[in-house]
Amino acid sequence: MTPPRKKKMNLKQRYALMTRGLDWETSYQKMDDVFPYDTFEGIKITDWSKWEDPFRLTMDAYWKYQGEKERKLYAVLDSFAQNNGQLGISDARYVNAIKLFLTGVTPLEYQAHRHFAHLGRHIRGVGPRVAAQMQSLDELRHAQTQIHTISHYNKYFDGFAEFPHMHDRVWYLSVPKSFFDDACSAGPFEFFTAISFAFEYVLTNLLFVPFMSGAAYNGDLATVTFGFSAQSDEARHMTLGIEVIKFMLEQHPDNLPIVQKWVDKWFWRGHKVLGLVAMMMDYMLPKRIMSWKEAWEIYFTQAGGALFEDLSRYGLRVPKYADIATEEAEHISHQNWAIFYQYTQAAGFHTWLPNDEEMGWLSEKYPNTFDKYYRPRFEMWREMEAKGERFYNNALPQLCQTCQIPMGYTEPGDPTKIGFRDSVYKGERYHFCSDGCKDIFDDEPEKFSQAWLPVHQIFQGNCGGADLSDVLKWYHMDQGVDNMDYTGSPDQKQWDAWQAARKKVAG
Amino acid sequence: MAGLVSITLQNNDEARPVIESILHDNPNAEANYMPGAVKIDCPERLVVKAESVSERIGRDWDPQEIHLTIVSMGGSLDEDDDELVLSWGA
Repeated sequence: MTPPRKKKMNLKQRYALMTRGLDWETSYQKMDDVFPYDTFEGIKITDWSKWEDPFRLTMDAYWKYQGEKERKLYAVLDSFAQNNGQLGISDARYVNAIKLFLTGVTPLEYQAHRHFAHLGRHIRGVGPRVAAQMQSLDELRHAQTQIHTISHYNKYFDGFAEFPHMHDRVWYLSVPKSFFDDACSAGPFEFFTAISFAFEYVLTNLLFVPFMSGAAYNGDLATVTFGFSAQSDEARHMTLGIEVIKFMLEQHPDNLPIVQKWVDKWFWRGHKVLGLVAMMMDYMLPKRIMSWKEAWEIYFTQAGGALFEDLSRYGLRVPKYADIATEEAEHISHQNWAIFYQYTQAAGFHTWLPNDEEMGWLSEKYPNTFDKYYRPRFEMWREMEAKGERFYNNALPQLCQTCQIPMGYTEPGDPTKIGFRDSVYKGERYHFCSDGCKDIFDDEPEKFSQAWLPVHQIFQGNCGGADLSDVLKWYHMDQGVDNMDYTGSPDQKQWDAWQAARKKVAG
Repeated sequence: MAGLVSITLQNNDEARPVIESILHDNPNAEANYMPGAVKIDCPERLVVKAESVSERIGRDWDPQEIHLTIVSMGGSLDEDDDELVLSWGA
């Protein structure tokens, strides 16, 4: 028998005291002057006190549990470094997925930290304000723990050293960067919808769960540990996302069309950004746990289906173009990896063609598309490589004005035809990869016409010079070291030397 | 599938009694094991009872300790001193 559970105050009472009890109505300044940002988007809130954090986590408990998580994480990281954990990974190609993570995702954690700090000051309701403050601290912790963890790989592998510099400049990193810039330059309720709901609740499982499980399968003890440590905060972020949506929809019926528009926009933006993760899962993990398509089925079709069915009682419907995104789940990883293969000379990580076994896995996982549309292309490139004619695409690609991804995606229903859309705004023509991206632009042309598009910037002479070498210098990319194929890279030489040494010891 | 709620926990020593309790207290729950983590799905409603976990570990378990091992979840959550509930329609 365990002793009876006794507490001086129950959780609900403690939560009420530690949030509501700490708030006050201003007297000599108007509330609208103290909180100037939470009304201009048109979201109507009649009663902030209706907000409740379902975890009912208070700051004191927050510090206690976060402290314990940190102690555990750092014990593992220290041990990983002390015991040369880099020797235990499945294959050095794996490390390239971590390079993409550090340059593409970690800086977003820092952006999230900054913007949640902003919301933690500027939201009028104390419930969401406290939740935003905690999330701001979480996001800073994620950025720090990721940098600490991955710093160990930086001692042995290339492509990590200049990650913040690269994040702000490199062509494909403008995809995640512009996604977050878009959210941070929106109002607070749109940011909540974008990051807390569309990204954290609907889509983030696709980033963290299969990827961290993949790290576990590939022997990357350090990444698994920071990943799951971060993910434990993520469950709290997900509840913030779903609560914020329900709260807005319950407060006033006029909020529905605004929220629906944001859900449509941010689902589509998130789906495009996660194409990078699709490619990591299907092509960059030497040992794979599930395909992108399978992950999409579990985490969007199934989990998202239950979510949107639940939210339909408020009149909210499944995001626009969800059917198109589901169709694209059969294509996006193959099309993205093909883009990086063609532009390996300008990538900050190494590329390779899938080997026979890997192509077999892709055929099995993508029975409708891989053999028909993508295998022939990879086999042709393999033949070209064998003849010493490795294919490089030397033309700068046209980019989608909204998602900033090279226009390599195909038409819904026809995977042999590249999709193009365009809109004219103030006498200039803008180009898009899809209807989803065009709709987003058409709704906010003033914002998106100002996008910093890497290819345009290169042509305008703003990126270090006119030829590739100048641009790569401006990116701080170490040429012949950070970029190009894995085969022949310094990473590969180092890894092969370690493997040879291991064989020698084994006799 | 409509109406499925889920909780994903790390597959480690600290989470195992929690996983055991969930599977015991929710007869319709189904555990899906993947490297490093376990995703538990259940139709409509899933409960994590503090009493069940406490019995298994021989000390008082606070539902907030779930923060140490949770990886992800699906559904609307409600937590108090005795249990943590995931459901739809709440």
